[in-house]
Amino acid sequence: MKKNRKWPAFYLGLIFVILYAPIFYLIFYSFNSGGTMYQFEGFTLDWYRELFNDTRLLIIVLNTVIIALLSAAISTIVGVAGALAISYARKRRVKNTLLSLNNVLIVSPDVIIGASFLILFTMIGLKLGFISVLLAHIAFSVPIVVLMVLPKIEEMSTSMIYAAMDLGASRLDVLTKVILPYITPGIFAGFFMALTYSLDDFAVTFFVTGNGFTTLSVEIYSLARRGVSLNINALSALLFLFTIILVTGYYFITKRNEKPNGMGVRQ
Amino acid sequence: MRTNSRNFYLIPYVLWIALFVVTPLLLVLYYSFFNIEGHLTLENYRKFFTPVYLKMTLSSFWYAFLITLFSLLISYPTAYLLTKTKHKQLWLLLIILPSWINLLLKAYAFLGIFGTYGAANSFLEAVGIGGRQILFTDFSFIFVSVYIFLPFMILPIFNSLDELNPTLLDASNDLGGSSWVTFKRVIFPLTLDGVKAGCQIVFIPALSLFMLTRLIAGNRVITLGTAIEQHFLVTQDWGMGSTIAVFLIIAMVLIMVLTGRRKRGIL
Repeated sequence: MKKNRKWPAFYLGLIFVILYAPIFYLIFYSFNSGGTMYQFEGFTLDWYRELFNDTRLLIIVLNTVIIALLSAAISTIVGVAGALAISYARKRRVKNTLLSLNNVLIVSPDVIIGASFLILFTMIGLKLGFISVLLAHIAFSVPIVVLMVLPKIEEMSTSMIYAAMDLGASRLDVLTKVILPYITPGIFAGFFMALTYSLDDFAVTFFVTGNGFTTLSVEIYSLARRGVSLNINALSALLFLFTIILVTGYYFITKRNEKPNGMGVRQ
Repeated sequence: MRTNSRNFYLIPYVLWIALFVVTPLLLVLYYSFFNIEGHLTLENYRKFFTPVYLKMTLSSFWYAFLITLFSLLISYPTAYLLTKTKHKQLWLLLIILPSWINLLLKAYAFLGIFGTYGAANSFLEAVGIGGRQILFTDFSFIFVSVYIFLPFMILPIFNSLDELNPTLLDASNDLGGSSWVTFKRVIFPLTLDGVKAGCQIVFIPALSLFMLTRLIAGNRVITLGTAIEQHFLVTQDWGMGSTIAVFLIIAMVLIMVLTGRRKRGIL
């Protein structure tokens, strides 16, 4: 019996170690004064200092954040409209078609999305750079926003809308005072997902970025192809910290949002 | 009156579908009929059916299959044990957290760990097996891919296990089913949807991840994704790249149909 209890804990422990080891390995060597990822010579913060003095890299970070925020905001707007459009579609056929078209970009491999957008932008005559990357990020973030928002709209009872209309609310009032407040948690979740999609994306950006413009993922790729440099380690330590802050923040936002709404649902 | 508002929401969304979902796919199909000189031909398709490309496709599928298989073998017990823990949602969040870290950083970490003097080789030497070339082998490619896909496989399996009605397990127990029989006849069939979803999430990207083959497998492994990237960004043969993309899309659709869940319809 006792043996039986130990094995699961050991197995789960092993999985956790394997999942986190590479990340902490990176962070550990970011403090290495030796300059390699195998011999720890001494503690140093030089790599972090170098990172903060590297204006080119800081501009890339800024670009990445701007792209992420802009694309998340715009794709949230389009996505919410899309979710409303899908839920308002009365014919089952139309609804299903819209949903399957929505999911095409979610299941498509990044390479296909990247390659096809490259063709698209070249055909339109759009110069590859900030705009093309932004458009691509908006495009692949929209479907996930739709998927996060749609269940919220579907679970909303129609009697609330009818009640609002009976009380004389205009269509705009119904949208801004009834529907949007109700689906806010879904919108937040969608925005957050779009943000992480954009921050994480490498493959699509790699295809449509052109020469002058780079995001962090693409920069990491080109640095990593040149071999090990501990700047990347320092960068990854900071990104890991940032990710944890973001996830915890998101966790608390959804928790705070869920409560009043959850009570509303139960009514 | 209603139709008016419905059309209004549809406008941005349908515009997005037309521009970023339908057009890119059609463009890929269109380009696949042009050779590198820009002539309309079926040459690319003929080229795809030569041994070189067929072998590459087969090996790409073989690697994706192995990656999916190993991810599944590791993920199922993990997900199962996770559902048995006390604070399972928290543990799940911790399992998923590494997937928010940029994929390239994780791949980069393995450049250090699997390097000639890296942690893996030091370990092998300490155990007495002796150091060897790990990076740029099939093993390293499959290991890193499985590492990256683990959270994506664990999540759907965890969800389906979590939805499982525990009374069914009690019933099986009462009827004299051993734990193996219970697993084979009750648990596994009821969580098959989660397994299918997980396999889908892993298999399709595994066919197309080109950055891993470049960074970890050192161009030894060529997947469909690598070939597409090569044709689009290196040799500039967009026609051939599009042809491979067309076959990748066909493979994707086939996999979706094979692993599709009938119960919930389109989603």
